Amino acid sequence: MTDTVALKADGLFKVFGRRTAETVERLRTGIHRDEVKLGTTAAVIDASFEVKRGEIFVVMGLSGSGKSTLIRMLNGLLDATAGTVTIGGDPITGISAERLRAIRRSKISMVFQHFALLPHRTVIDNVAYGLEIQGMPRAERLERARKTTALVGLAGWEDKYPSELSGGMQQRVGLGRALAADTDVLLMDEAFSALDPLIRREMQEQLLELQETLQKTIIFITHDLNEAMFLGDRIAVMHDGRVVQIGTPEDILTDPANDYVEQFVQDVDRARVLTAGNVMEKPRLSVSESAGPRTALKAMREGYSSAVYVTGRDHKLLGMVRDRDAMKLVQQGERSLANVIRPVMQSVEVDSVLMDLFVPSVESPLPLAVLDATGRLVGVIPRVTLLAALGPGTTATGEIVIPVPAAEIDEVLATPVGDTTIEEQETR
Amino acid sequence: MDWFRIPVGDWADAGLDWAKDNLAIVFDGLDTGFDWMVTSLTDVLLWVPALVLIAIFALIGWALRSWQLALGTVISFLLILAMDVWTSAMQTFALVLVAALIAIVIAIPLGILMARNATARAVLRPVLDFMQTMPAYVYLIPAIIFFGIGVVPGVVATIIFSLPPGVRFTELGIRGVDAERVEAGQAFGATPGQILRGIQLPLAAPTIMGGINQVIMLSLSMAVIAGIAGADGLGKDVVASISTLNVPLGVEAGLGVVILAIFLDRVTSALGTPADHPQSLRAVVARRRTARADLVARSAS
Repeated sequence: MTDTVALKADGLFKVFGRRTAETVERLRTGIHRDEVKLGTTAAVIDASFEVKRGEIFVVMGLSGSGKSTLIRMLNGLLDATAGTVTIGGDPITGISAERLRAIRRSKISMVFQHFALLPHRTVIDNVAYGLEIQGMPRAERLERARKTTALVGLAGWEDKYPSELSGGMQQRVGLGRALAADTDVLLMDEAFSALDPLIRREMQEQLLELQETLQKTIIFITHDLNEAMFLGDRIAVMHDGRVVQIGTPEDILTDPANDYVEQFVQDVDRARVLTAGNVMEKPRLSVSESAGPRTALKAMREGYSSAVYVTGRDHKLLGMVRDRDAMKLVQQGERSLANVIRPVMQSVEVDSVLMDLFVPSVESPLPLAVLDATGRLVGVIPRVTLLAALGPGTTATGEIVIPVPAAEIDEVLATPVGDTTIEEQETR
Repeated sequence: MDWFRIPVGDWADAGLDWAKDNLAIVFDGLDTGFDWMVTSLTDVLLWVPALVLIAIFALIGWALRSWQLALGTVISFLLILAMDVWTSAMQTFALVLVAALIAIVIAIPLGILMARNATARAVLRPVLDFMQTMPAYVYLIPAIIFFGIGVVPGVVATIIFSLPPGVRFTELGIRGVDAERVEAGQAFGATPGQILRGIQLPLAAPTIMGGINQVIMLSLSMAVIAGIAGADGLGKDVVASISTLNVPLGVEAGLGVVILAIFLDRVTSALGTPADHPQSLRAVVARRRTARADLVARSAS
């Protein structure tokens, strides 16, 4: 298992000020960081986590939560007061400056919040910076840098200076510089926070696109929960110097570890995080292919719907049947639905985010069908469920109250008044 | 209050005597070296025909700043020639250049040291304050004791007086470099030397150039005081004009200093801020070159 761990932090502390060792001991007993003595600041308290190879691990927290200090301990820009960091099995805490430099050259690179480009170098020379430090000959490093520059979408801008570029393009240079160094681990310190929202979105999407092919291990710092949810395979939430929860975006959204995280995720754009699979319900409105038109009609009547999904024996979605067609079959005495199955125009995959469900949901005559990768009908999403899922609170992703089937209401209406006891009405 | 008299001055005198007796070789070496540098430079400046030299100065002004500076240089240096203080002006010019050059060579490493090392900073800062605020004439006394009358005590006093801004500006410039950019160098595994050469010095260059400009201007302001120590040049003319109340000589020599000062200031301040001077010859040439490269690139694609 250890070979799949790209970076491991174990019991990391960073305390600024005097008598740091003593403060660490006191913090280990679990006191809050406000309780440490004046003149000492506990920036990071007992942070432990493992980042897997090829994973985007997001560290999320507001300013002052210690996330910037944490990332700077991961490549030794700051010395850890206590605890260890290992990258690919090599410890980077408690080693000589020379050894640390060697590890930085070969194993870990960084993208900075304000780009930190060198204004006196052209784009290509900035991208080649890491390679230059690695001691690669000029021709070779320019060749490599040219490829990376094209990769981050800056082909044709190689000979410009950073000041001639927009913010988004400057950060592409910053990303290119880190990628060109060809290290396994990439640290990104609020890399997109200084960009306009639209550009930020574009960069996030491009980062995911690059990640598909490059499969780097990325540790991404952000204060923006939406960004964390969008990019992160796993997210570590930091609060007051401590890591309070580590989990997938869905974990954090649906099962927050404490009140702080819960309060935090209230503002998240759920439509971009939750997937169809998170909110779908059992497909009540479906009948098997082998069922006859009568069964289909009955299902429609119970579901108060004008159509019903039809699935094959392996639960694959075949299509749907409309009530008029089914009624005709009944009148004609047909036994099989096969001839009247219409194609389902709108269906979504189980891992589509809610954002992408709105248009199909509006256009779909039935609750939106949710299919797994093999095309099996695994659930449906009624419009009301989709709406409810966007609201905060624990009920959002829970069971939605299903309306009483029309048949039952008819039944109640048909019985004379007074037959239903008061207790029964109250239990409703 | 006689019992409270602390003889700081006597101690300093004793110290100087000791130094004179024991460090004679060092001072002799410095004496010969400085004297040789100033005299040779003066000889060169005076060997070149004045009109040719004026043309060269004008060209430097144009290359670094603008054709307007070139024109102003021609007019003002012709005035020096016409006032018949050319020889004195070139002697002063040589003294200023040598003193400023030595001051810069000492100042920049000291500034780097102060930027990187808190102890060095704590020690050197009061020393710099001392050097800058002690009345400049006071330096002449030991300088004359060590080096005798002539150009060398002038050079030494000038170096001491003009050194501090060079050190301070270098320290300020390096410490002012954006911390994230220095971190970027560290994060990619650069050594402290690589960070200094590749990031800190280039980014601090405009500030350091500002310091160099200050060093040169202070050197020039010391030129008159150097005249008291017997250094040939405009300073000596000014001193002579004071002692004989010679108004014409005083005005002409003083104007000479002003003209040299303006020329040196404009040229050295342009040195650190090339982007502010799009009219300069080097900017024009650079633009042409990129335009041609663009043209080649476009026709190739």
